[in-house]
Amino acid sequence: MINVFNSLLVMILALNLLALGSRSILSVIRIIAIQGILLGILPLILHEGLSIPQVVASLTAISMKGVVIPMVMIHAMKNIRIKREVEPIIGFVPSSILGAVITGSAFLLSNQITVSTGGYENMIIPAAITTILVGFIQLITRYKAISQVVGYLVLENGIYIFSLLLIEAIPLIVEMGMLLDLFVSIFIISIITNHINNAFSSLDTRRLTTLKE
Amino acid sequence: MVYFQVIIPIALALVALVVPSNRIRPWLIPITGVIHFCLTLWLLFNPEQCYVNSWLILDPVGKIILLNVSILYLVCSFYAAGYLQYRLENKNRIFVACFVAFIGIFTLVCWSYNLGVMWISIEATTLITAPLIYFNKSTQSIEATWKYLMVGSVGIALALLGTFFLAYSAIVGGTDASMDFYYLLKNGGTLNKGWLQAAFILLLIGYGTKMGLAPMHTWKPDAYGEAPGIVGAILSGGVTSGAFLAITRIWQICNVAGETAFTSKILMGIGLFSMLIASIFMMNQRDFKRMLAYSSVEHMGILIIGLSVGTTALFATFFHVIASTMTKGMLFLSSGNINRAYVSKNTRQVTGAIRRLPISGTLFLIGFLAITGTPPFAPFVSEFMILIKAFAAGHLVAGSLYILFMLVIFMGMGVTVLKVVYGKVPKDVVDTPYQDGILTAMPLVAFLVMILVLGIAMPASLTHLLNEAVSFMGKPI
Amino acid sequence: MIDQIIHMSVYILMPPLLFGIMNKTKAYLAGRRGAPLLQPYYDLIRLFKKKMVISSTTTWVFYAGPIVTMLAVIVAGLLMPLGQSHAIISFTGDFILFAYLFALARFFTTIAAMDTGSAFEGMGVAREMTFSAIIEPGLFFAFLVFVKLSGSMSLTVMLQRNLYGSINQNNFAPLVMVIIGLSIILLAENSRIPVDDPNTHLELTMIHEAMVLDHSGPLLGLIEYAANVKFFILSSLLCTVIVPIFSSDGWLSWLGFLTGIILISFMVGIVESIMARLRMSRVTILLFSAFLLCGSAVIIFER
Repeated sequence: MINVFNSLLVMILALNLLALGSRSILSVIRIIAIQGILLGILPLILHEGLSIPQVVASLTAISMKGVVIPMVMIHAMKNIRIKREVEPIIGFVPSSILGAVITGSAFLLSNQITVSTGGYENMIIPAAITTILVGFIQLITRYKAISQVVGYLVLENGIYIFSLLLIEAIPLIVEMGMLLDLFVSIFIISIITNHINNAFSSLDTRRLTTLKE
Repeated sequence: MVYFQVIIPIALALVALVVPSNRIRPWLIPITGVIHFCLTLWLLFNPEQCYVNSWLILDPVGKIILLNVSILYLVCSFYAAGYLQYRLENKNRIFVACFVAFIGIFTLVCWSYNLGVMWISIEATTLITAPLIYFNKSTQSIEATWKYLMVGSVGIALALLGTFFLAYSAIVGGTDASMDFYYLLKNGGTLNKGWLQAAFILLLIGYGTKMGLAPMHTWKPDAYGEAPGIVGAILSGGVTSGAFLAITRIWQICNVAGETAFTSKILMGIGLFSMLIASIFMMNQRDFKRMLAYSSVEHMGILIIGLSVGTTALFATFFHVIASTMTKGMLFLSSGNINRAYVSKNTRQVTGAIRRLPISGTLFLIGFLAITGTPPFAPFVSEFMILIKAFAAGHLVAGSLYILFMLVIFMGMGVTVLKVVYGKVPKDVVDTPYQDGILTAMPLVAFLVMILVLGIAMPASLTHLLNEAVSFMGKPI
Repeated sequence: MIDQIIHMSVYILMPPLLFGIMNKTKAYLAGRRGAPLLQPYYDLIRLFKKKMVISSTTTWVFYAGPIVTMLAVIVAGLLMPLGQSHAIISFTGDFILFAYLFALARFFTTIAAMDTGSAFEGMGVAREMTFSAIIEPGLFFAFLVFVKLSGSMSLTVMLQRNLYGSINQNNFAPLVMVIIGLSIILLAENSRIPVDDPNTHLELTMIHEAMVLDHSGPLLGLIEYAANVKFFILSSLLCTVIVPIFSSDGWLSWLGFLTGIILISFMVGIVESIMARLRMSRVTILLFSAFLLCGSAVIIFER
């Protein structure tokens, strides 16, 4: 089982780098959708004895992260018909390389900080930290409002990976609540992006500079 | 009872969505306010109702925050009803629904004894207040809402990560992972130090973003500046005190785990830095609503300093939560009135408010004096009690800096406020029909009465409540 | 006896030196070499050698102004202990006389200025009076805190060892507040930046200088000297509060006091170099905040 689990995690990390290197927003959203589906599968293979709450939580996560949220975002994109380029501050290749460096160093460092129990922790913690940092890179280096939302989603995915360590500790209702909050925030943010486009005739957050000291 | 406190506002919010009239709908807000306040009072007199299950407990600290926000909401709700009558040109369906639902969700913040539930409800208050900021539907308010949502969401995501770290520190420490606050308090000694410290920093950054501590305060001036005054009052008194509650929870866990020295240093640093940033940006501030936002940053810093000083200053800190909430409410509501009358929030256009709006102008001035710690108002007592305790705990440099920042802030704020309040009403100002009405002026007077009473003679029942909270925070479990 | 002679000679001779130090500090910070340290003494001597030009519209009040001002300030200084050296005159309640001697000096400066009938001087008087109305209660509140701390009503006793004997961590807050308040009062009473610019040449921005525009020669010398002495007195007040001089040994306490007072002059020089004069409306707020700090300190102390 651990082999399947590890290979899924590696795929998730690869998707991170792919997302950093993609030129079109639409494909980035699709990549994140696939990542979401993989994430939803992870808890199912992490524990042998499947209980109904866990299956429910997994299915909700898969449908939210893999289907509903990407659809909301794609819908928002269609509405506003923006130029579908990501427009990063640092180029695609450098940011991919940066992502790879972060991945490597997270794994190297984690061997020193975590207590090596030989279980899943060895992979989960560095994978979570890497994904969170990749999310931050996207948040910081992208100008388009939608790409920043994607960064936020990746960040949330990273936190979700970390939560795999705590499967027993997180009650079903809390997990559901977190997914609901994530969905609502993406929903509201998509509405606001729409308004940004109407008001500024662009999704470029560099134009959001009327409010400053 | 908690179910009623949460469900009634949410039900009323649904009602607000279907009420067709723009004129009648706002009255749902005062109805909610009164019901919620009555339920809160009932809870205070029936302590046996404060335990529902291991997830929902209203402890003394939660009581103070709940009472504080309930009173704020009650007073603001009447103002909101009056305010929306002046803004009938804007559809207020979403505004009223969100405003009504807010207090229900906020109640959950005060009750939650599971850190996961607490995180969900704080995130939900962020989301429910976003449409409130957007009420004016101008390009500036879109920008403010965007920043509020993005900065707030990322911050709160870090708080979630911190919550997970905290739960994980229990596993590393050798016990079962849990997000149950009581469980973590009981097993505080066994938590792994490294993960606990990381969790503390992440939670401080996350909930500190919601509180508006520098350097995570960047959303604050924009949001408070562009949102209607009433929303500023609710954000600066309500949402921030909920986040402060969350920080006191993690502080308490760290205390039990013996990490007081570590947390104290970080909290003091971040508190003083917030005051520094506030004092820098309040100098020459022409926008009086942004000025209030920075003042809020300052007071969040003061709260955090109070927490950093530790058990001796907790009484003053909790008192300051109440005092600053009420004073800030008065300032935001009066600034909203002034803004309404002048259709500007820049001191170049806004002068002579005391002539144009005698009640709001006067109370804006009094509010400035109160919030900067002038006797005999309540913030004076709380701010200087924190200061005395800081000195008594040996923070000599920090205490001196605290006085210095207060001095600079007094000057910076004073210049802007005096410009707004005194002087001549400019001739070329847009002629608006707005005058102080009963609904938009009496709430201000109510706040004034409260901060005066609290400053001169604190009611024994409140002292009792505060003492209970202090002993709850200090006692080892 | 020797102590008193040292006390008097320091008191009479030292004040202009402080101004020399301040000017030197400012010059160094501005990258200039500056006038010699003793320049204020040369200036005083030069002024006393000069003849006077007196406006024909003035009366005896014009002469009385500088003279009474200087006498009042000097007597006020006799009430002030310097470090561990007792004041020359000391009795219960002398701090009230101290404050009112300053008020008397200010009153005569202002009526002498009004006597000339010049518009600028009237303006200076109006400003000076407005500001002093805020400063004076602040000064009293500061003294009240010292009275409370030391349990004594006499300047010598309250500022010397009693003050330090009664300090503990619980009343540190009011003390720091009073120190900050007194520093602002020091700058305001002596018309320093950021309240008033002593070197300004534009009458519209003047406060204290505007009041002495018409004085010349020895009368101006008296005014300058009185200003020096006033600065010396208020800095020594601040110095006794800030610099803890525990040593009862005469020489050591003198050394501590002189170092402290010179440091204060340095600090004022630095403040003057890095700050600009505040606008009049802000000066009011600055002084009001000093007043509030001292007032709050009293209230906190009472609680």
